[in-house]
Amino acid sequence: MTEPAPPHSEPPPRLTELTGWGRTAPSAACVVAVDADTVADTVAMAHKGSDRGVLARGMGRSYGDAAQNGGGVVMRLAGVAEDVVIDPAAHTMRVGAGVSVDDLLRVIVPRGYFVPVTAGTRFITIGGAIASDIHGKNHHREGSFGNHVRELSLLLADGSVAVISPTVRPELFWATIGGMGLTGIVLDATINLIPIETSRCIVDTIRADDLDEVMVAMEEGDDRYRYAVAWIDLMAKGRHLGRSILAHGEHATLEQLSSKERDAPLLYRAGIIADVPPVFPISAMNRATIKVFNEVWFRKVPKRRDAELQSIPEYFHPLDMIGAWNRVYGPRGFVQYQILIPYGEERALRVVIERLASSGAASFVTVLKRFGSANPAPLSFPAPGWTLTLDIPAGTKGLSAMLHELDHIVLDAGGRHYMAKDSHTTPAAIRRGYPRLAEWQAVRNGVDPDGVWQSDLGRRLGLID
Amino acid sequence: MQNSFGEPQTVLLLGGTSDIGVAIVRRLVTPTLQKVVLACRNPADASASIAELGVDGVSATAVAFDATDSARHAAFVDDVVAEVGDLDVVVMAFGVLGEQADFDDDPAAAASAVTVNYTGAVSIGLAVASQLRRQGHGHLVVLSSVAGERVRASNFVYGSSKAGLDGFAQGLGDSLVGSGASVLVVRPGFVHSSMTEGMKPTPFASTPESVAEVTVKGLRAGRRTVWSPGILRFVFMVLRHIPGPIFRKLPLG
Repeated sequence: MTEPAPPHSEPPPRLTELTGWGRTAPSAACVVAVDADTVADTVAMAHKGSDRGVLARGMGRSYGDAAQNGGGVVMRLAGVAEDVVIDPAAHTMRVGAGVSVDDLLRVIVPRGYFVPVTAGTRFITIGGAIASDIHGKNHHREGSFGNHVRELSLLLADGSVAVISPTVRPELFWATIGGMGLTGIVLDATINLIPIETSRCIVDTIRADDLDEVMVAMEEGDDRYRYAVAWIDLMAKGRHLGRSILAHGEHATLEQLSSKERDAPLLYRAGIIADVPPVFPISAMNRATIKVFNEVWFRKVPKRRDAELQSIPEYFHPLDMIGAWNRVYGPRGFVQYQILIPYGEERALRVVIERLASSGAASFVTVLKRFGSANPAPLSFPAPGWTLTLDIPAGTKGLSAMLHELDHIVLDAGGRHYMAKDSHTTPAAIRRGYPRLAEWQAVRNGVDPDGVWQSDLGRRLGLID
Repeated sequence: MQNSFGEPQTVLLLGGTSDIGVAIVRRLVTPTLQKVVLACRNPADASASIAELGVDGVSATAVAFDATDSARHAAFVDDVVAEVGDLDVVVMAFGVLGEQADFDDDPAAAASAVTVNYTGAVSIGLAVASQLRRQGHGHLVVLSSVAGERVRASNFVYGSSKAGLDGFAQGLGDSLVGSGASVLVVRPGFVHSSMTEGMKPTPFASTPESVAEVTVKGLRAGRRTVWSPGILRFVFMVLRHIPGPIFRKLPLG
């Protein structure tokens, strides 16, 4: 008699080359799919077999090597959005860490809820949101994702599961927020929800003609709105340096919708318009094309547009409308550079923007945002200051040297790098930018003395041995 | 672990006194570089390079490496890794050029030379490849030569050993596909260096620095083979097919 087939036929573990969203610096790991029932045993087996450790990987949207583990094991934790449990009285939800924000929004928006913090893409997992302590357009008012986690279940290196929170084992909780997956595997979390009346946002847009104008507009306007972000045209030089589009937003109320829209106020449709084909041999993104695109886009926007209704995908996740948009950067891939410069150091921010604009590095999407207060997590990136984010083709001549130079300016100004985006900086830069690194390492070593949790980023930036 | 620009944190040079090898290591110096290991028969011979490279936070060390001691090559790699961790870039630059006239009279000397150039390269190459597989990432750079592309009477012992090395390196590169690691085969023509001192250069000669430039560019671009100078790729496309009687008369040195 033959053995019965296993109840879940998961694909067997495979040696797979992994990269981040920037499609650079690949490394090969044994990738295995797990769920809440199998994860602990699989981790134990993996750790017995090798000293390269284990790492959970979400949807691979970190730009660099945060979700890779060369020579080791990488786990994909399954998640079912429909299993989310909402507590309507407390406005919280309990959700599996393997669930993507994309799937989650499809379930909660029609029920009148939104996530407390969302990044520029909805294709990330809850686990990833916690590990990178993501921030969004509402950071200046509401902080980052970790601020809204009431408690989480963490699989530890010894195989036990710890339920931790800001009051239960707070050191381990805050080490896990922004801990890049190196304290354990998050299994599920209880997270605040934002009640919403409609699935639209109401947006006030200003076109600023230079950097001074947009920075003043942000300083004066941000706090009047829940959501605030500026898109900068980095191709503009001279007196147009820093010309930008500033978009201030709120969730729209029922009265703000048209009478037709009020029939289905929580209608949520988030699709993909087109997919970039896998074979895109020549990078479509070069100086010339980006310059043209920006010229059209930044001229087209009126000087001021008030109370425009936008859908959630339009306002929060515009890039997601094109599937696999990272492919347009071609086979060399691209890097994201995201840094923080504290308030009071605006001069350094201006120097960084000037250097980038005059270097001719072609950045398609450049974002400027003002942050609010930091949270207690030692490796959390946001702190009061300006954050600038840009992406540049990896093959750009002289890019590495320029970024290393800019790093000095940022660090000298008391700033730092966002590890979820990093693909080039050094352990020394991380030590300078994160003065509480040693404190974080002590907590991690306390719960993972044998180094079960490892990643390429952890090794490259000296977070782990 | 290298960063997204292919800048390594740790580099191992097998053949620590090779002019080309050291030139390549120099080109790999960036703010990202942390550790350099120069491996050669007599570590003291590499002390000048160690002093030059061990600045600005880079830790440079010299270790003893015997290309002919194949039995110890696996342990050698393990020892280096135990000291410096993952190997991001390994450069295989050791080799014996010798003189064909000497080899004609001394078969044993010829056998020793090819043992270094080919056999030793095979064993250390396999040992390095095992480590790169274990790490899931890394690059092996193999200094081949156009002398192996179509072997000439003027240096056929050397040329044939390079032909063997080239084939081995290509096959190794193919076998590493999907492992996260890769091999870059570098084919220089005549290079002005201490190894070729006093010799008459052939057409399309280059310098260690230009070989290094081509190599690092090729590494960053994910190439499998590069030639120095680049035009040699096309020169040999033609040379390969020239009939023997004509080829033997060409003044190729």
